[in-house]
Amino acid sequence: MFLNICLYLLVLSNFLLLGTARVVQMTKYTALQGFLLAALLFHSGHTVLTLAVLVIKGLVLPGLLWRTEHRMPAESLICPHRLVALDVIAGMAGLAFAFWLDARLGSDLTHNLFPKLFLPLGLTTLFCGLILIIGRVKAITQVIGYLAAENGIFLLGMPLMTQGTTWFELALLLDVFVAVFVMGIAINRISDSFASMDVDRFRSLRD
Amino acid sequence: MTQLFLYLLNLLLALLLAPLLFGIINRTKAIIAGRHGKPLLQSYYDLAKLCQKSEVISPTTGLFFQLAPALQLIVALAALTLLPLGANASPIAFAGDFLLAAYLLGLGRFSLILAALDTGSSFEGMGASREATFSALAEPIFFLAITVITGLHLDLGATQDQAFSLSLLFGGQSAGAWLSGNFELLLLPVVFFLLLLVENCRIPVDDPTTHLELTMIHEVMILDHSGPNLALILYAQSLKLWFFASLVAGLLVPDLGALSSILWIAVIFLVACAIGLVEASMARLRLKRVTTFLGGACAMAALVLIFSQMR
Repeated sequence: MFLNICLYLLVLSNFLLLGTARVVQMTKYTALQGFLLAALLFHSGHTVLTLAVLVIKGLVLPGLLWRTEHRMPAESLICPHRLVALDVIAGMAGLAFAFWLDARLGSDLTHNLFPKLFLPLGLTTLFCGLILIIGRVKAITQVIGYLAAENGIFLLGMPLMTQGTTWFELALLLDVFVAVFVMGIAINRISDSFASMDVDRFRSLRD
Repeated sequence: MTQLFLYLLNLLLALLLAPLLFGIINRTKAIIAGRHGKPLLQSYYDLAKLCQKSEVISPTTGLFFQLAPALQLIVALAALTLLPLGANASPIAFAGDFLLAAYLLGLGRFSLILAALDTGSSFEGMGASREATFSALAEPIFFLAITVITGLHLDLGATQDQAFSLSLLFGGQSAGAWLSGNFELLLLPVVFFLLLLVENCRIPVDDPTTHLELTMIHEVMILDHSGPNLALILYAQSLKLWFFASLVAGLLVPDLGALSSILWIAVIFLVACAIGLVEASMARLRLKRVTTFLGGACAMAALVLIFSQMR
């Protein structure tokens, strides 16, 4: 029951991420995803990892993003609305594909390794992250997309975790933390040097 | 026989209590704003007052202008009788009656639009155009949501005849289905609530209290009506609100016999409180943004469809 509620909320948070044009709001949904992942870990009994995920994915990474956003000009924090609708439709296609794949892979692989819904919803989170990276034109939304995709991978890895892999997962978390930290600094640098954070402007670059 | 009696009792209660919904919405808004607000029965007083007044009819209007309010009331009433009020199946239920209900409401809207165009006022024409646009966008979402519930009932073992009737779809059979782990079904009442806001011209789609010509949608269409005809329109509006609130209640209230009638009405009043909360907490959306709002409702319905059919 608890597991199911968390998974459903995670999928909803994915679609809220895809359906929001405001970067500040998207950061809040990223934090929500961190909390949900921590709740899922707590449910499966990984106490150390729960704390680590809660602090890093729920508090520190959204905090870093939030700090970066506050230094950026306000107009660079709104994505174009037409892309939002496309992203949601792509996300729906991703969800349908994930369910199809889950049914296709058969019960042997999925049901022995993964509890029900874990595989399709983990894949959907991964797809939603990729869609955010590809579909949005702001540099900071790509960091958020990277985080969402990482959450999906984390979710897929969760049923495979044993006590011994805790250090491995902790090391991965540190990697993600450093990546977002560096991206935050990079975005700050870019926003200091250039007038816009719009990745779409790369199209007009000339040799 | 008992069920028919219960159904008629529920219908009577719906006809009597429908104008109270506006009172509840206004009282909720007033309490949140820290005011005392209008009396709860204000809409009844308004209806009584309007019925006693004489009517002013513009010489540019034709016969249809005077017929439209009565037509609107008739279709709202007819649509309401197709619903399983209080989880009692409607005596006139048949397979495919949801189409009739949807298009009866469409007919009511169409008559109001024609009456608005009949006045020859450019503002009323503008309101009519907006109303037509938004309702045309809301209709596919209504059918999408109905598709989801139909699919759900077919999975639950209903026959094809039953699964296409509003009496089964909103009769409370699926009320507990989400308890078995299908949490996505909890999104359906939300979808119908958003549709209610669009179809009944409430905030954030339209502001029923505004009288600024450029922003009105529904209110501008009934500006030229007065007296008993305006009373008919207001009463039809309250019946329509009861219809859409019933859709939410039909998904949430299980079939418990006579008790579900009370629960059904309680849920409808709670929906009115929720409308009041929404109206107190947010502003009207820009007209351009209404499509995004409807898109959100559509996405939710599609999400439930994917979940319930592909899992």
